[in-house]
Parts: sequence; structure tokens; C-alpha cells
Amino acid sequence: MFNEQLVWAIFFLPLISFALISLIIRPFFNQISVVSGPIAVLSIGASFVISIITFIETTINHNNPVGDPKNWLTIGNFELQVGILLDPLTATMLVVVTGVSLMVQIYSTFYMKNPESHHGTENQDGKRETHSAKPPDDKQEVQPAELGQPVYARYFAYMSLFTASMLGLVMASNVVQLFVFWELVGLCSYLLIGFWFHRPAAAAAAKKAFIVTRVGDFGFLLALMYLFSKTYQENINYLDIQTINDQLPGLVQAGTLGAGALTLIAIGFFVGAIGKSGQFPLHTWLPDAMEGPTPVSALIHAATMVTAGVFLVGRFFPIFQASQDAMMVVALVGGITALFAATMGLVSNDIKRVLAYSTVSQLGYMMLALGIGAYGVAIFHLFTHAFFKALLFLGSGSVNHATGTFDMRFMGGLRKKMPLTYITFLIGSLSLAGIFPLAGFWSKDEILLNSFMSGTDGGEIISLIVFVLAIMAVFMTAFYMFRALFMTFEGEFRGGSEKDPEAKPHGPVHLGESPFLMVVPMVILAVPAVIIGFIANPPGNLLGIEAHWMVHTLDHMYHLPKGEAFNIPLAAVSTLVALSGIALAIAMYKPKPIISAESIGKTLKPLHTILYKKYYFDELYEGVFVRQIYYRGIALASDWSDRNIVDRIVNIVGWLGANFGGLIRQFQNGQIQMYATVTSIGIIVIAAMFIFGD
Amino acid sequence: MTLERFLIIGAILFAIGLYGALSKKHAIAVLMSLELMFNGVNVTAVALSRYTVPKALSESYQTVENAAGFLLTGHVFAVFIITVAAAEVALGLAIIIAIYRSRSTVLVTEAADMKK
Repeated sequence: MFNEQLVWAIFFLPLISFALISLIIRPFFNQISVVSGPIAVLSIGASFVISIITFIETTINHNNPVGDPKNWLTIGNFELQVGILLDPLTATMLVVVTGVSLMVQIYSTFYMKNPESHHGTENQDGKRETHSAKPPDDKQEVQPAELGQPVYARYFAYMSLFTASMLGLVMASNVVQLFVFWELVGLCSYLLIGFWFHRPAAAAAAKKAFIVTRVGDFGFLLALMYLFSKTYQENINYLDIQTINDQLPGLVQAGTLGAGALTLIAIGFFVGAIGKSGQFPLHTWLPDAMEGPTPVSALIHAATMVTAGVFLVGRFFPIFQASQDAMMVVALVGGITALFAATMGLVSNDIKRVLAYSTVSQLGYMMLALGIGAYGVAIFHLFTHAFFKALLFLGSGSVNHATGTFDMRFMGGLRKKMPLTYITFLIGSLSLAGIFPLAGFWSKDEILLNSFMSGTDGGEIISLIVFVLAIMAVFMTAFYMFRALFMTFEGEFRGGSEKDPEAKPHGPVHLGESPFLMVVPMVILAVPAVIIGFIANPPGNLLGIEAHWMVHTLDHMYHLPKGEAFNIPLAAVSTLVALSGIALAIAMYKPKPIISAESIGKTLKPLHTILYKKYYFDELYEGVFVRQIYYRGIALASDWSDRNIVDRIVNIVGWLGANFGGLIRQFQNGQIQMYATVTSIGIIVIAAMFIFGD
Repeated sequence: MTLERFLIIGAILFAIGLYGALSKKHAIAVLMSLELMFNGVNVTAVALSRYTVPKALSESYQTVENAAGFLLTGHVFAVFIITVAAAEVALGLAIIIAIYRSRSTVLVTEAADMKK
């Protein structure tokens, strides 16, 4: 029963759902577009079941039914292949992607059903904003065809495509195949972040996400081309991922490929990962991506898109491992991002942005774990993070459903009104903060442990640096999550969208628990957020599960040595750090605070401003790169060359045509004799060519 | 007499006729020039028939008698052309009269309707 076709079905089911919804339901049966939700949920549900089977078969039974890849393109001697690369990494990612996507889509079936109630009033508002954003002389107002019409089918079509792209990405056996899906994921994120495209902020955020990740994609593409040009041989296919991983480090040892070239390739791949995973310094798109519908944020931040970067580094881990310099870069970028994003999370007032910064920060953890060589641990953290981060985002959507705003300054007191949301959000926050025994604790602790051990025992100075960065980020993570929790759920209700001047787009206030279909996925996700950590990777043998099963399974794939065992003193330290962060949050944000947040904000005014302005990165990119270098430099130069070179050539060609045309026009005067003359001359010329031509 | 002389005379006749046909304003003169061109062609055709065809045929048919059927090709062409030219002049004169009736002129420069 378990065969290659079944594994392909994981990818094709959501793709079929996309085709069905976008090509049949939306154009022909839009009045029953409500069925598109169940179609998407059923297809992804089936994918999820198959993914679970695949995971068990791959990791426990070591059963790999996948045959050779198939030829896709043949160009001369060069063959481009497509196929499945099924290993524990792929299997884990399949479960994460389909599982989170399933929960998110169940949640969406209600959340998106009446977009009017969430986003309906924005039509008015959006129009006004559009108008003011344009120059006043432009009276022509763009009216999107879909304004006010049901957007249900479009939403589920995009979601299905997004999931399918991500599944295709993790299953790809060929670098080119991987790159195609990599770009498709980028496209889908653009479509979904800009889902409310009539709202200028959303359209801008979608563009930003696409362009910023493109910068990274370019690095990836350059690395691919460099790899191909360096290694192209007719008998060995160096585009096959397995071949790359197995043989490229060997080529360096044999001396056929320079160590510098390998480092360049690895760094190029990592630049792609920086873009997709929102790592420093290409992190700016990720907080803005919050403009998309909340379930989309949950999917982007937990399972698809941002994890693609971590996956990519994991996928080519042997290459990274063969290059010390590349590993150092990965570790440092990860460590810096982990701390840097956490600091911005400290002051954000938008609940979704807090979660976005925490995502960036957690992705930084994964990267730093990869950078210090703890590959299995990084993927394990990706695995646990997916569940509690999806849970937190769905929780923020639920809060938004009740209050109509995302601004935590206008929330508060929701604990009694929304008990289930509160409990699940609390679980997610504890898990993210790394409190024993929730899922986040186990994975985060392994990262800290590995960096500490390789720093002290291994004497790696980089590992020690990133360990310090990471432990500081632990404190901040705990602080900002509980700050968010307290601002949202404790104290008195502060008015929601009725008080928030910027919240009109999000809908009215109706305090109360969210509907069943929204709560169920949160409750389901809360279960793995609690238990998946010690189930998948127990510190000791547990009910037939080997100690550190998941990390060892993943590490075994690349024949890495077994990582560090569970270390109680370090775990205690990290828990204490996290608890102190929580304590500080309680002290500052409980109803009658011991330490006033405002007074601290005033004392550390410059610091607060820098954090609140996100270190002025947006201003740097917008002001310096875009306006100065791009507009003033590149754009002006291209403008000049366009006017003076390209246009001039075109004008000369046009001038030639016009004037020679005028010359020839003289002959067409209606006089038959003139015509006959021209004809005769033509005949004479032809005859002359015959006679004298040779 | 050699073939070249006949061909030169034919070419001269044709060239004079062409010049006249392209340059004369009077329609009758144009028609007359056309006759010159026809006759240039006739001279060429008959001359070629007389000088080259027997030689070419004798090479493939051994004796002139065997090729008797092909000997007069050029002459036949000349007779045809004379006949057709006569018919054409009749037609041309009719057209000229028709033009004269509608425009009261026979200058070909006045008939510039092809441009429209």
C-alpha cells in the first residue's frame, strides 16, 4: 500500500484542490463558493494522513519506496530530473506542513466565511485611503472587481496552492525542482499577504515581502548557477540533492573543487535562506506580512515559507558542514537574529507583530543551531515551534475576532470572556518561553545545551558567543510573550476597535468566545504544544521511544555523531532565566504594576524609540537603498541611458523610415508610365544580376 | 551575317520602343512605341530560330530531318505576336477613344487614376 504514488499524492491533493477551486468553482459556481473550504480541508486532511503514514514508514520502519527520479527536460546531454527525496527531514517537514495547514484551514473555514464581519468595513476605509494616497489630480479611482464580493474561493485556492508549493519544496529531489517551488512559495506569500489588496498597507506589505525575499532568492540562484558551472559533468548529475550532499564535500577533499567555491555555494544558499526565513538583515518583510489574514500569518510563520529557509540549510547540511566559514556565518546570523528580533518584540503594541518578531527570533535559534552543527536539534525546534506558533497566531486571530483590533493597548480583560482562547494562548506562550515540560522547553534547551557544550568542551568561541546571545533572547522571549498575554487577557477591557482609531478595518467588537470551528483547531494544536517535545525527543527512554529519538533519527541521516544528552543544571538555568522574564512581565503589566512600564519607557527613551522604530531598518532600506542608491543612482542612470541611448536609436530608426518612405513615395504618382519605368529598371537589375552576378 | 547583329538590332528596337512607351505623353505614340518593342522581340525570336535551334537540334537528333517538327518555333512565335499585336492595337485604340470621350484628352499624364 505504501508506495511512491502515495507519497506523490501528498503533493498532488492540495494541488488538485487548488485547480478545482480556482478553475471550476470560482469562475462557474461562485455562488456556492462555500464548498471550497471543505474541499481544501478534505484534500489537505488526506495529505496529512498520508504524511503521518510516510513519517512512520520512513523514520521507524526505514521503508523507502521512492524510485529513481524521472526525466523532465533533456537538453543535449543534460538531463533535468524531478523526483522525491524521502528522508527523515522530508518526512518531518511533511507532517509539519500538512498538520499545521490542516488546522489553519479548518480555522479559516469560519474565520473567512464572512469577511465582511472582519474586514467588511474596510471597503469604505480602503477606498478613502486609496484616494488620499494618490495625487489629487488623479480622480480615477481603482475599483477592484472583487470589492464586496465573496472572497472565500480565492482564499482557499491560494491556501491550497501555498500548501502544495511548500510540500513540493520539501519533497524535491533536484535543486532546480526545489528552486521552482521555492519561488512558488514566494509567489503565494505575495498573493496571501496582499489578500486584502484594496487596502494600500496590505498591497505594500505584499510587495515588500516579495521584493525583500527576492534579494535572498537572487543569492540562491547565483549559488545554483555557480554550482552548476563548477561541477557540470556529463556522467554525474550534480543537480541531484543526494548527489550534491554525498559527493561535493568529497570533491573538495580530492581537490577538484576549491574550498572557497564550496563556501561560496553554501553562503549563496544561506542568503536564500536569510531572505525566506526573515533573518537579519532581510527580516524587514516579516513583521509587515501581518497585513494578510490572520490564518495566513499562522501558516506563513509556523509551517510554510519561513521554515523553508531553515529547511534549505538543513537540506544541504553536509555542504555547510564541509565549510567552517559558512557554518560560522550561519551561527552568527542566527544568533544575532535571535536576540535582535526579540528586542523589537519587547516594545511592539500589535499582538501579531509581537508574534512575528518572536518567529524571527525563533528562526534565529534554528539557524544558530544549524551553524553550530546541531542539525537534528534545529529541525526538532522547527517541529515544536510550528505547533505552538500556529496556536499563538490562531489565538491572536480569535482575539481579533472578538475585539476587532490587533492593538494590545485596546484589549485587556479577555480572560473571563474567552477562557478557551486564554488557556490555549497561555499554553502557547509557556511553550514558546521554554517552560518545563512544554514542547518549546525541550527543543530550546537542546539548542542552548549544544551551543554551550560545543563552546566549553569543543572550545568553539563562536558557539559561546551565540550561546550568550541565545540565553539573552530566552529572557526577552519570556518577557514579551507574557507582556502580550497580560496586555491582552488581564485587567479591564479597553474598548477594542471602538477606541482604536486605526482598527476600523478589522470589524466591530463582540466580546465572547470565538465559534466552535475556530476554537477546535486551537485546542487540537495545544496538545502537541504541550506534549510533542518529550514524546518525540524524550530525555530518557520513554514507553518504547528511545531517548532523543527525533534528534538522533535526523542526525543519523547525515551520519552525525549523537548530540549532547539532557543536562539538568543548564536546563535549570534556562528555565530560571525564562521565569525571571515572566516575573518581570508580571511586575510590569499586571493590573496594578509594581514597576510602571511608562516610567521605564521614559527613562530609557532613546532605547525605546530605537526599538519601536525597529532599529530604523525600514528607514535605512527605504531612505538609503531605495531612495538614494536606487532612485537617485540606478534609476537616474537608467533613465538617462533610456532617453539618450535607447530612445535616440529608436528615433533614428524612425527618422530613417519616415524619410526613405517619403523618397519612395515619390514614385507612386498614379502615372502608369512611372510604374512601368520602375518595373523595367527592376527587370534590368535582375537581368544584370544574372549576367554579371557570378 | 551573324546572330549577334540580329540580336543587336532586336535589342535596339526594343530599347527604342521601351523608351518611347515610357516617355511619350501622347497615347497613340505610346501605342506605336509598343509596336516597336513587339518587333524587336520578333526579330530576336526569328533570328534565334534560324541560327541556334537547328544547331542545338542536330546535336540531339543527328539529322536536321528528324528535328523538322521543331525548326519553325521562332517563326510561329513571330506570327502569333503580329496577330496579337494587331488585336491589341485595335483594343488600345478603342480604349484611347473611350478616354478621349470622357476626358477630351489623350495625354497619358492626365490619366493618373491609379493613385486613387
